[in-house]
Amino acid sequence: MVDLSFPGLLNYWFVFLLMLIGLYIVIAHENLIKKIVGLNVFQVSVFVFYISVAKVKGGTAPILADGIEVYSNPLPHVLILTAIVVGLAMTALGLALVVRVQESFGIIEDDELRALEDQQEDEGNNA
Amino acid sequence: MSFIETHISVLVVIVPLIAAPFCILLRNSVTAWAWATVVCLVTMALAVQLLQQVWLGGTISYDLGNWPGPWGIVYRVDELGAFVVLIVAALAAIVLPYAKTSIEREIPKERHYLVYCMLLLCIAGLLGMAVTSDAFNLFVFLEISSLATYVLVGIGQDRRALTAALRYLILGTLGATFYVIGIGMLYQMTGSLNMTDLATLLPAVQDTRTVHAALAFIVVGFGLKLAMFPLHFWLPNAYTFAPSAVTVFLAATATKVAIYSLIRLIFTVFGDIEPLETYNLRFAVIILAVAGMFAGSLMAIFQTNIKRMLAYSSVAQVGYMILGISIGNALAMAGGIIHMFNHALMKGALFMVMGCVMYMLGSVKLEDMAGLGKRMPFTAAAFVAGGFSLIGVPLTVGFVSKFYLVQGALLAGWWPIALLIMLSSLLAIIYVWRVVEMMYFRSPAIGHGQMTEAPMTLLIPTYVLLAAVFWFGIDATFTGDLAMAAAESLLGGSK
Amino acid sequence: MSAETLILLALGVPFLGSLFVLFSGPGSANVRDGITVISAVILFSIVWTLIGIVDGGARPSVTLLEMLPGLSITFTLEPIGMLFAGIASFLWILTSFYAYGYMRGHHEANQTRFFFCFAIAIMSAIGIAFAGNMLTLFVFYEILTISTFPLVAHSGTDEARRAGRVYLGILLSTSITFLLTAIIWTYVEAGTLDFREGGILAGNAPVGVIGVLFGLYIYGIGKAALMPFHRWLPAAMVAPTPVSALLHAVAVVKAGVFSVIKVSVYIFGIDTLATTGVSTWLAYVAAATILLASLVAMRKDNLKARLAYSTVSQLSYIVLGAMLASNIGAMGSTMHIVMHAFGKITLFFCAGAIIVFAHKTEISDMHGLGRKMPVTFFCFFIASLSIIGLPPLGGVWSKWYLAMAAVETEQLIFVAVLMISSLLNIAYLMPVVLYGFFGKEKSAAVHAHDGHDDHHAPPDHPMLKHLTFGIKGVKEAPVMCLAPIVLTTFGCFALFFYADRIRLFLAPVFGG
Repeated sequence: MVDLSFPGLLNYWFVFLLMLIGLYIVIAHENLIKKIVGLNVFQVSVFVFYISVAKVKGGTAPILADGIEVYSNPLPHVLILTAIVVGLAMTALGLALVVRVQESFGIIEDDELRALEDQQEDEGNNA
Repeated sequence: MSFIETHISVLVVIVPLIAAPFCILLRNSVTAWAWATVVCLVTMALAVQLLQQVWLGGTISYDLGNWPGPWGIVYRVDELGAFVVLIVAALAAIVLPYAKTSIEREIPKERHYLVYCMLLLCIAGLLGMAVTSDAFNLFVFLEISSLATYVLVGIGQDRRALTAALRYLILGTLGATFYVIGIGMLYQMTGSLNMTDLATLLPAVQDTRTVHAALAFIVVGFGLKLAMFPLHFWLPNAYTFAPSAVTVFLAATATKVAIYSLIRLIFTVFGDIEPLETYNLRFAVIILAVAGMFAGSLMAIFQTNIKRMLAYSSVAQVGYMILGISIGNALAMAGGIIHMFNHALMKGALFMVMGCVMYMLGSVKLEDMAGLGKRMPFTAAAFVAGGFSLIGVPLTVGFVSKFYLVQGALLAGWWPIALLIMLSSLLAIIYVWRVVEMMYFRSPAIGHGQMTEAPMTLLIPTYVLLAAVFWFGIDATFTGDLAMAAAESLLGGSK
Repeated sequence: MSAETLILLALGVPFLGSLFVLFSGPGSANVRDGITVISAVILFSIVWTLIGIVDGGARPSVTLLEMLPGLSITFTLEPIGMLFAGIASFLWILTSFYAYGYMRGHHEANQTRFFFCFAIAIMSAIGIAFAGNMLTLFVFYEILTISTFPLVAHSGTDEARRAGRVYLGILLSTSITFLLTAIIWTYVEAGTLDFREGGILAGNAPVGVIGVLFGLYIYGIGKAALMPFHRWLPAAMVAPTPVSALLHAVAVVKAGVFSVIKVSVYIFGIDTLATTGVSTWLAYVAAATILLASLVAMRKDNLKARLAYSTVSQLSYIVLGAMLASNIGAMGSTMHIVMHAFGKITLFFCAGAIIVFAHKTEISDMHGLGRKMPVTFFCFFIASLSIIGLPPLGGVWSKWYLAMAAVETEQLIFVAVLMISSLLNIAYLMPVVLYGFFGKEKSAAVHAHDGHDDHHAPPDHPMLKHLTFGIKGVKEAPVMCLAPIVLTTFGCFALFFYADRIRLFLAPVFGG
């Protein structure tokens, strides 16, 4: 049901590229805000993936109208609406946590945080 | 059929879901707690009713909003699903009475209602994961429970709870997104998201690279959520720094439900393909499971924070469950399933003990527990009893799990695996016994000689769970039959 | 009362006794000790009634509950188990009197915990004796391990804690790694775990599997103390002497070798063992353990340690008998459970009396002590003779049967082992007696200890006072300790004359 003759598999290559960029940011950057940005990029790549899956060659927006035979598949759009909401919640919560981290540690660099935590562990300070 | 009987499978989900916002409206700490407790008890009653219906009448299929599958969302509850629903609901019903005292000590009063709200949301999400038969709906419920979990972890009193929650959030989101990619690919190949529908459509395309990739994404995605070795890094800190009551609930249920979802996906969605066999994954998964069993236990031995020790032990126990489902016969599968229930009971009880210790001492460090056997005799005794179950001493549930798992391994002819299971329980002896010796054969620090037992509101739920540990260890016919039935129906499609 | 009720009562009595002990409170030591004695007497009378029933040919059975689907906790009586239960419960009576004197004379702490765990251990021993299937046996086997751990680590010193770790470590790890694996494997192969005459594995499993399983079983039963898993037994000697006497000379170790016999007879079947030959290599291990443990015993100066290694050695007699794969051998093993029990408990009782009332633990310090404690040393002498295997004492019969079995199966090397071992027994037991009666006292050391003695004067209770018999220089253990010693010594004599009765009792299992 999904026609992929145009633009070939190119769109999937872009999705894949975007996905890797997002993943790379999450893994490589120590700054927590950047990590969350990376997560967003990663998620967006998935959104694009679903949308491009939904595209039907020659199809139009899935609104019932006279004289139109071919529609794009509306279901992935709906799914992605849900996923966007979930992503939004995730981003909001993540950023809120970053704010709290900044308040209690004074830094938001993951490697420095780890060092601080190990130090706290060694001191046996549980409070 | 009555209203409840007809709509039972959706009721277990929406009761806590709808009830959650009311906690915010109630604001007051005590009323929010009372409300959440009542809701959990109702959910528990519904879960019992659901299990009874499934046990007597077979799988329940429910079309949400009367939209028939595969277009609409269908809830399908079989024996395994109902069992998992019962695990989650029962643990929630025991944790909530416990939570009040513990949370009052560990969390500022103005945030209490948020905790109860999040707990209810988390419960709703987990229950939804257990009943849904729609792959994308599963993702939504997964995220509902996960987001609630991140909040619950981050609300802990130690500032390291914040970083633990954040790291859990990042890894958890990655995992969930991996899963979405996986089902997106499946949708692309089959045009369906309904699990039973997918199961019939997938064999036609089983040799395409897209389906292979989809399976990989799904397994890695859920591997992250269920802390499968080596994807477990988020777990120890999250469990260590979360508030005690939250740790009890999460340790007992969250990973179990994730495992359940993975079972669902591998044995129902991919069931006809037999992915473990077709793609030669069985051996790899078994290696990972055994590695997890040993790595988790070894790490546990070296921990001085007992909550973290138990968290690492959870990593090991997840290994047992994965092992059970990957060996590939009904007995081992039943062992994995029964261990989900049994581990929920014993780890729940042990973390409850840690909650009691935290309440009285404000610390769960090993060296602070010196002489605990004299200072908090009931708490210490509870730890010993729960520890026996972790080791797998007979008459406890841990023994039952091990009995099934080893039987399954031997039946499959994997006798080295059977031996490895036993050897890894020896590691459990070591890490449990360190604590027991500290509690009973060391004198308490100066000034801590007098007996100060934890309050009854903490001890009674702990002992209720412990009673279950022994009850289902002494008479495992109910759980055994149920797990066997579930395992046979899971493997039935593929054998 | 029906036999079924009696079986449950036999388990219930020590259990209830333990609960009463637990809740009797610290202030009422007399009530607590009274309960222990009463439970012991009731238990023995129940077991004695049941022995009569089994002797009549009945095999009563009762299922307590279904533990796993298809596997239940079941008790089925049969002669070997009844013999074990009879000894354990009879000697419990004597030990509770003895413990009463010992624990108070020694001013031990935590006596309530002590008597509680003791009663639970007895219950587990009875459970093992009555077990109708391997699962039941395993469950009680593990309870026995766990309930005796607090007894070993009783004093809470560093040494006791280390010993407790060794004890629990070896017993739990062997039982979980080997025994449980073997049990589950048996279940997978045979589809049942019930004890049946002729065995359940015969014809159900290939010879290779039977061989591996047998090894797993014998080494899984760590309580049988077969080398190299014997270290826990000497370690357990840090426990108070009543524990060493009843548990580590009778209940626990005999539970181990009893399990070995039970597994050989009812899981594998003597015939299967004989035809497959899977037990032969273990017979050599047992023979090696007999000799090596005796040699180690000779080098131990600590009396309890020497007795512990002697036990290791004697236990292997029993294992050897089972490994010979003949009915006479198994008969000899079963009899040796009885004979050795009476002999060794006497020796431990004597050792305990010497520790508490003369404050001596090392053999080299005991020179001349026999003149001070003549009754104790005389009993030690008689019990030693029984262990060595001289008539007219019980020990001779079991050795006789074991030697017969070795001849019958044409493995004469084991006859030689038995004889050498007897000589070694003489070499490590007789010096204690000889030095005791004829050795020269080390005067300085004695004075130091005498001062210590006065400092810790025994309680002013007629039952706990030193006996002097009106003879100058005699300072014998009090009647509370001495009476059990004399009674068990008498038992060693009596067994010589009643051995044939025991043979008849066991005949249904092993043949005429």
